[in-house]
Amino acid sequence: MTALRLENVTKAFGGTQVLHGIDLTVEDGEFVIFVGPSGCGKSTLLRIIAGLEDASGGKVFIGDQLVNATPPAKRGIAMVFQTYALYPHLSVKDNMALGLKQAGTPAAEIEARVGKASSMLSLDQYLKRRPAELSGGQRQRVAIGRAIVREPTLFLFDEPLSNLDAALRVNTRLEIARLHRELSATMVYVTHDQVEAMTLADKIVVLNGGRIEQVGSPMELYNKPANMFVAGFIGSPQMNFLPADTSGQGGATTIGVRPEHLSISTEAGDWAGRLVHIEHLGADTNLYLETKASGLITARVFGEVHHAPGTELFASAEPRHLYRFDAEGRTIAAV
Amino acid sequence: MRAARSSLPRTIAAHAVLLTYTLIALFPVFVVVVNAFKNRRAIFNEPLALPNAETFSMIGFETVTSQGNFLLYFQNSMIVTVASLICVLLFGAMAAFALSEYRFKGNTLMGLYLALGIMIPIRLGTVAILQMMVASGLVNTLTALILVYTAQGLPLAIFILSEFMRTVSDDLKNAGRIDGLSEYKIFFRLVLPLVRPALATVAVFTMIPIWNDLWFPLILAPGESTKTVTLGAQMFIGQFVTNWNAVLAALSLAIVPVLVLYLIFSRQLIRGITSGAVK
Repeated sequence: MTALRLENVTKAFGGTQVLHGIDLTVEDGEFVIFVGPSGCGKSTLLRIIAGLEDASGGKVFIGDQLVNATPPAKRGIAMVFQTYALYPHLSVKDNMALGLKQAGTPAAEIEARVGKASSMLSLDQYLKRRPAELSGGQRQRVAIGRAIVREPTLFLFDEPLSNLDAALRVNTRLEIARLHRELSATMVYVTHDQVEAMTLADKIVVLNGGRIEQVGSPMELYNKPANMFVAGFIGSPQMNFLPADTSGQGGATTIGVRPEHLSISTEAGDWAGRLVHIEHLGADTNLYLETKASGLITARVFGEVHHAPGTELFASAEPRHLYRFDAEGRTIAAV
Repeated sequence: MRAARSSLPRTIAAHAVLLTYTLIALFPVFVVVVNAFKNRRAIFNEPLALPNAETFSMIGFETVTSQGNFLLYFQNSMIVTVASLICVLLFGAMAAFALSEYRFKGNTLMGLYLALGIMIPIRLGTVAILQMMVASGLVNTLTALILVYTAQGLPLAIFILSEFMRTVSDDLKNAGRIDGLSEYKIFFRLVLPLVRPALATVAVFTMIPIWNDLWFPLILAPGESTKTVTLGAQMFIGQFVTNWNAVLAALSLAIVPVLVLYLIFSRQLIRGITSGAVK
């Protein structure tokens, strides 16, 4: 069964077209992540799905229902916000219960659902506290709890981890992944962080300039990017793009190679360059080579490598890891 | 020992400036209150002296309470001030919410139109207002004053509150929408508590000119039953003879309610439960 279907959804603010006809289907139980640079329309799309913003054109179906004219509270959705958005004057428990109270759920059931959610998120001891008395991570767990108690058909997450520090971000990410497994719920998640996208998603939707660039599983996007934008956006450090003629690749104007697929040698290789900077990350090392022919190339090698900046080095790529792009930036299938 | 962020001479200088200002600001009030408790001769002989056993007199207060209807005047002033205040805060906050929250055609223009009153003093329209009040039969009613003061207070209230409401997190309002709160509940339960400090500021700025106003009570409601305190105190000021004891006593009494209201609002100014709503 499909949990969410978008048909040619468009959005314009005044004269500015933000979304240009989005078509998308999300299956039941899927974890779908919208990624893209800021301003690509991913948050707007999520707000249209939530009903917080009206689409200028197109249809939104949640389950089998056309919800274009349904208010947010009646769409069977729950949303977790970047800024937590907890009600400051209510206790943790009342924060979670408010939506159910508004919907007229019997008190006993509210109690049961809040209890279940709070034990799932280990919030039991904080139920009586106000949001101001909680840490950032706890607040975001309350916000997630508030979403869970609604038992929605669709969970919406709007950059929920952006306000957390690095360690909490990893923990909360694991928590969300665990919840997705336990609740087997359908989740739509917006982020600009490709690590979150790669680690959580069943399906990633890459957006750019109000259009879908590619939809696919994380490994599909990594291994078979449809175009230069996706190739550059997925993967860190970013893929190297080199003019094709410099390395003699026929038929393509640009070739791409990921930093992790480059090997470094002091004697010979495809590209010669001077080392301008080296970053030691412990598990791996990033090297930045300034080449005469193709500009700056990034290489990522595993383990510790020591070279002094200024050294002449050679980078080579394994041919099976080369990507070829035509003049419009589309990927040319491997020969 | 030298501290990085404080030095004794600087602290002394700062406090000297603040104390000087406090003295200057409080001096007129001090003179009024002190002389209210003195007999007529002492007021003129030594206006700055404190009342002592010889000069102490409650004659002013006795005149005020025996002559005229001061309790009624107080009541009128309170009704007018509180009712205008409620109208200004309620309608001002609602208009500010609409201006800051909803996108509609002419939003900016409407905001400018509503703020226009800050630049144009309402007294310029006194003649027209009086004609309107006469036509609608509202002369010599407290309603007339409440309406005028509401109009007078709204522009500043809308201007200040709409700025504050823009700072209330959109996510919070959207969370309320998803939880099924109506726009009215979002306004009253989520937004208003968060802009409470701003409401208190607006309340103070609105309340004091209304309480102190002499102009509109004199023109729109000079009747005995609708006199306000400031207007009531005028009856002791004559063209040739002024009963200073009574005037000063009346003014001293008039300070009390406004002081109480101010204290209530300033507590709100300091409190404020904004922390913890969003990061």
